[in-house]
Amino acid sequence: MTQTEEYDAIVAGAGHNGLTAACYLARAGLRVLVVEKNDWIGGAAVSRSLHEGWTYSNCSYVCSLLRREIVRDLDLPKYGLQVIPYEGGASFTRDGGRFAYYSDADALRREMARLSPRDADAYRHYSRAIMRQCRFIRPFLLRDAPDPTSLRPRDLGELAYLVKKAHGLGRRELGETLRFWTMSIGDFLDDHFENDLIKAHLAGSGIIGTGLGVYSPGTAYVLLHHYMGDIDGGIGAWGFARGGMGAISGALAAAFKDMGGTIRTGAGVERFLVEDGRARGVALSDGAEFRAPVIASNMDVKRTFLEHTDPRDLPDDFRSQVERFKIRGSSAKLNIALDRLPDMPAAPEHASFIRGDLHASESLVELERAYDDWKDGRWSARPYIDMLIPSRIDPTLAPQGAEMMTVFVQYAPYDLYRNGIRSPGNWTGEARRAMADAVLDQIAVLFPDIRERIEHTEIRSPADIEREVGLTEGNIFQGELTFDQLLFNRPVPGYAQYDSPVKGLYLVGSSAHPGGGVMGAPGANAARTILRRETSGKRMKGYAA
Amino acid sequence: MSVMNDPALGLIPGPLHDRLEPLSRAKAWYGWAGYIAPAVLDTVEFEYFALRNQAALFDISPMHTYRVTGPGALAALNRMVTRDAAKIAPGRVAYCAWCDEDGMVIDDGTLFRLAEDDWRLCCQEPMLTWLLDATWGFDATVTDESDTLAGIALQGPTSFAVLEAAGFDLSDMRPFDHREVEPGLRISRTGFTGDLGYELWMDWNDAVAVWDRLWDADPRGGMRAIGSHALDIARIEAGFLAAGIDFQPVHATERLHRGQTPFELGLGWMVDWTKGHFNGRRALWQVRDRPRSRLLRVDVGGFKPARDALVYHAKRRAAGHITSAVWSPTAKRNIALAHVKAGALDRRKPDLWAEIYTAQEGRWDRRMARLTPLAGPFYKPPRARQTPPART
Repeated sequence: MTQTEEYDAIVAGAGHNGLTAACYLARAGLRVLVVEKNDWIGGAAVSRSLHEGWTYSNCSYVCSLLRREIVRDLDLPKYGLQVIPYEGGASFTRDGGRFAYYSDADALRREMARLSPRDADAYRHYSRAIMRQCRFIRPFLLRDAPDPTSLRPRDLGELAYLVKKAHGLGRRELGETLRFWTMSIGDFLDDHFENDLIKAHLAGSGIIGTGLGVYSPGTAYVLLHHYMGDIDGGIGAWGFARGGMGAISGALAAAFKDMGGTIRTGAGVERFLVEDGRARGVALSDGAEFRAPVIASNMDVKRTFLEHTDPRDLPDDFRSQVERFKIRGSSAKLNIALDRLPDMPAAPEHASFIRGDLHASESLVELERAYDDWKDGRWSARPYIDMLIPSRIDPTLAPQGAEMMTVFVQYAPYDLYRNGIRSPGNWTGEARRAMADAVLDQIAVLFPDIRERIEHTEIRSPADIEREVGLTEGNIFQGELTFDQLLFNRPVPGYAQYDSPVKGLYLVGSSAHPGGGVMGAPGANAARTILRRETSGKRMKGYAA
Repeated sequence: MSVMNDPALGLIPGPLHDRLEPLSRAKAWYGWAGYIAPAVLDTVEFEYFALRNQAALFDISPMHTYRVTGPGALAALNRMVTRDAAKIAPGRVAYCAWCDEDGMVIDDGTLFRLAEDDWRLCCQEPMLTWLLDATWGFDATVTDESDTLAGIALQGPTSFAVLEAAGFDLSDMRPFDHREVEPGLRISRTGFTGDLGYELWMDWNDAVAVWDRLWDADPRGGMRAIGSHALDIARIEAGFLAAGIDFQPVHATERLHRGQTPFELGLGWMVDWTKGHFNGRRALWQVRDRPRSRLLRVDVGGFKPARDALVYHAKRRAAGHITSAVWSPTAKRNIALAHVKAGALDRRKPDLWAEIYTAQEGRWDRRMARLTPLAGPFYKPPRARQTPPART
């Protein structure tokens, strides 16, 4: 016996974008059901308690991109969301050297001058160039990407906005912008700086989550993508969600339920039900069926259309474009419970950067080598790590005196090479432990006693992230953030406005414009499109800059 | 020959200056009742977040404090404040306001009942002569403790854990409770942040020892000493009024008609008509439902704080002004307190706008932002009232 219930809209996947879309749809008066395959909600924005007394943000781990318009609109602080900025960071070398990044401009200039007086001054020019690009791109985040081939007034309007903003830059700045969107972060940093360690520190944001090296074209944009967020208007600032990243999903879910929405966990979408080219509902893995005229998929574009949609309901060229969509797993994650703060001999006592992002890569060359390993199907012998100890700031994550450490690891391939075969199946327990060992060696560059401090470690390979979170190949952005997959090309040309060849089936996740990160923008933009196209008279306000 | 400094001039150090001075990276001091007080010690942002996420220490010693004792103290104080002081039991403290004979607010503050006939009033303005006048004819003695009683505010979600680690068991202390925890040291569950928090009261000369005890106890290493800027954000979020900013203490105004009644300040709930006569009662009764203006808590459109902005009705007619404004990093709202003329509030949905000036890299601009009146504080975490309190 199957149960069938009618809703106005069904959201497949309770990730932060799915929940954001669900909130906006529910607020417009729709009866909305969110279905989630896991027993918990949040997708990649989760807080999990995997070791008694500790809470891990075991997937995404820091917050900046979450649009403040959405937070304010949905009044997420009322539902328990508190975002706390962290300060600075540092990179360490094997011979005991370091570069500390301070949020205080004078302290930063003095620190850079210690390594290179020229770079200290160059930083002003570098950050101006980045901020100009941020100012240009930020207004597009909460707008739909225009369809350049369409003559609909809405598309023409959006296109005119884009052209106007681009024209306003002037010839030289427009040239810079195009260069910036297509160049490598390595080249961009080489343009500005001479010191290897400073460059290595700044390059990290250009490769996080992406299957590209520091000298691969397009990584400058990836850096921008990590800079264009803000905390309370401080552009480029990053922080923690108090209680872990699950606080974001939790607040969205609480807001959604307050608006009368329903969340059903423990069974994911097996199949999108399509009749006469139109979405009609979902069939879940536990046999339940729900019907609705609007289906919003928070899954990435590949999972949505290649795994859960009948191929007969999709045009061949669309399917092959989706197959070609680049969504490569490049990162792994270690979440570590520490019995106390490890010793940091290379830093002075009370150093503020212990509360920031810590790294152990010395040069762009080293980072490029780390990428070479990945291309060959191996994890990097000396991986790039983006490591934080959020319990230094957030008191809710670990027992008093103990600490929680989150370590983002790059690079780690999805299809690991072993004995002549590349396969995600090669991520055995032994392989994961061996990778973790390489990571701990990197951590030991700044925390030599790290291994003695460990109470518990969660190791997540790209294959684990795919299996548990559902992100294809474990790609954290639901698809590479390269220029060929951005704006009106995201995810595929012709379907960049959250829609698909199946009427009523929409994408609301990071595979859609403007892409990945815990941003909420794809979910909010998609909800706006859905309300405009699928309802009469239910509208969501725009966020014209 | 150069001009020599007259040692009588300038600000003087308070009881905790030796602790605050080395912590000051910003070197941003201001004068509070003649004492050197920190506006910012490190950065406003991180001080603010220590306050809202962990714990913060703030020196409140420059507050004016007065002791009123004697069998007639209750009767005298009850003739002074608008609330019924008889309802404040020993071991309790209440937020109070008091008015002149025209019903205009002189100041607000906290009134502690230390024992049956022993009271302490903490307030922003000097109040000795008014207290002496108020107690005239009553069997009560007034002592000015302003320069002998020190205070430390410990506020934030881990404040209870810090006190616990410092050896104080306050798990049963409810909001607005206070008690002498050790000879010469009193702790109250009070504060100016709307969050979980405590205030510690001790002799001026004991302040450093108490400060050190808290400083060394912090079990998570996240506590910070903070300056007034960070505290000010929190107090606006809590919707609390600052004397001289959100209202004009009537004794401090030279111009006529600058005073405001409790009703105009949203403090009408503190006026107790049933308790008998109190100062300003007759005047207040006359105007109880005829406020000339009202102090509103408003949500401001956009992201730019409406600091010092004028308020307009329907974007055209001047209708008041903003008194305090800030972007709330916790509520994620643009918030403000606004004095608005009663005439602009007659309609069901007032059409209010703030005229905000912006300066961006040398270019000035003007923005009209919609004001939406809100009821209640902008931020009110449940942990503020929970007993026993949480440790995080």
